[in-house]
Amino acid sequence: MAQDDHSGTELAAADSSHEALAPTASPGTALISSDAFENPGFPPHRPRVTDEDPKKEKRAQRTVYTLFYLSILGSVWAVAAYMLFPIESNDVGAVRLNNMFIGLGATLALLGLGFGIVHWGKAIMDDVELADERHPIGGSPETQAAAAKVFSDSDKESGFTRRSVIRNSLIGALIAFPLPALVLFRGFAPQDQLPVELLSHTMWAKGTRLALDPSGVPIKAADVTIGSAFHIIPEGLAELEHGKLEEKAKAAVLLMRLEPSELNQAPDRESWSYDGIVAYSKICTHVGCPVALYEQHTHHLLCPCHQSQFDVANHCEVIFGPAKRPLPQLPIAVDDEGYLIAQSDFTEPVGPSFWERS
Amino acid sequence: MNRSKRRTGRRHPLATVALLALGLVFTGGAYAALSSGTAAQAEAEPTSQETIEQGKKLFQANCATCHGLEAQGTNNGPSLIGVGAAAVDFQVGTGRMPMQMQGPQAQEKPPQFTDEQTKQLAYYVASLGPGPDIPADSLVNGGGDAANGAELFRINCAMCHNVAGAGGALTEGKFAPPLTDVSGVHIYEAMVTGPQNMPVFNDLNISPEDKRDVITYLKYVQDNRSPGGFELGSLGPVAEGLFIWIFGLGAIVAVTVWITAKSN
Repeated sequence: MAQDDHSGTELAAADSSHEALAPTASPGTALISSDAFENPGFPPHRPRVTDEDPKKEKRAQRTVYTLFYLSILGSVWAVAAYMLFPIESNDVGAVRLNNMFIGLGATLALLGLGFGIVHWGKAIMDDVELADERHPIGGSPETQAAAAKVFSDSDKESGFTRRSVIRNSLIGALIAFPLPALVLFRGFAPQDQLPVELLSHTMWAKGTRLALDPSGVPIKAADVTIGSAFHIIPEGLAELEHGKLEEKAKAAVLLMRLEPSELNQAPDRESWSYDGIVAYSKICTHVGCPVALYEQHTHHLLCPCHQSQFDVANHCEVIFGPAKRPLPQLPIAVDDEGYLIAQSDFTEPVGPSFWERS
Repeated sequence: MNRSKRRTGRRHPLATVALLALGLVFTGGAYAALSSGTAAQAEAEPTSQETIEQGKKLFQANCATCHGLEAQGTNNGPSLIGVGAAAVDFQVGTGRMPMQMQGPQAQEKPPQFTDEQTKQLAYYVASLGPGPDIPADSLVNGGGDAANGAELFRINCAMCHNVAGAGGALTEGKFAPPLTDVSGVHIYEAMVTGPQNMPVFNDLNISPEDKRDVITYLKYVQDNRSPGGFELGSLGPVAEGLFIWIFGLGAIVAVTVWITAKSN
């Protein structure tokens, strides 16, 4: 209350100074403004039913303590539910029951507390209107002068302005201090390899057989019937012991067979497919989601994340959506035994754009 | 004796009705006996000439408008030579064919033919050229390895059909249907034949045993409810986000209004 009293006197002082500064107009020319803001004061006090009717007050009291008892009940129930509905192994249904009953108990405990306290405050605690006056923001002139003096004194004592060498070396040290944190980001990529190189190349190489995901069994061109979609990884990836996911994230390929007459191939890429079988990177060129929603009749490939659409019949050019580049094509051929092999790695980096991508 | 004369001279008014009813019972009974006899003869005999003949008649009456009298295809429908019994059993058995109307894709509806008629149609079409057959029961009864099926489903199917098999949207009004109430045999047939815009997953891509595992996984998902509580259609973050934005924020707004309102 002392705080409020203080602010009241400050406000009163401010008011009186305003009156002193107000321009005094000559009686002949003064216009008396009638729309100046007037403090409307408090609205008339409306007593609550709990103020007037002791029965209602009793009832509100009952409601409040019932809510608190319910809260206790909820807490106890949550403890009991933990023991009554244990999560047994090999039963996913038990997780649901356990979570639901503990959750119901905890909800009851917290809501009972919250609603009880608010209802107590609204219906039973004293109901009086109070004004909380605003404090002036600035300090008094003396306080301001004192603060300024502290600054100028410490500047004089430390010589921050005068000793410019010390000051500038301190600023330099502060600038250098966060640099190690920035450099540590390099550690997100393997130490012995350039990140740009890693992003530009995949596991595919000349002669690598195309294998089924996830078994890693190589497939023959004859296995791929028209209308098929095969999810492909390079042979050997399934057996990798280290960095398997990193390699798979770059090398995943979708293999499709279309009627050869339905493929519109650029002359320089005609040798990249085999009898209507085409292989494209599964990594979207927008932000790298796996694009694999293949429609065998329209030859559309849809990316589920942002609805980019690629036309497989036209070298996976973008026909809709935010992707900017077609999906990279993997040049394929058939080896002596009839297995599908890659002619080379992808001829461009797969996936989304990055800083150094040309 | 006027009364007795009248009785002998005129038939009872209900006599006509009784006679009619008797006649109907006899005709109906005879027809039922006869037709059940023919049904017993035609019961699922894939190679029998009878089945194929029946199927051909059904085909010419119901399918030939679009697919041609000899299933050779027309401008309105593709050739069915070589699609196999599995394709017909799927399309007709799920009600997608005969097609209700032209559109982005044929819609599922209550099947128009009985199981037996569907089989007759299927074996007729199968007799026109070799194609995938209706799978054996052991492959579709859900007795495989659900974990292996789940991995294969995530790699090959989940991008369109949703990881819980709840279905999803494709381009230009097409969609991948939910798999929650599809029978095992229809799931198998869809994989081998690639209906509509679904790609084909032949036996060299996903072996018959792996297909059985995929069906086992889908049955498992159907039978074991989500451990996380409400699935909200298993549609993922969009459905969940919408729910919490509307109902969660709605509840917060309501409580805020209550807290700030003056007690009466």
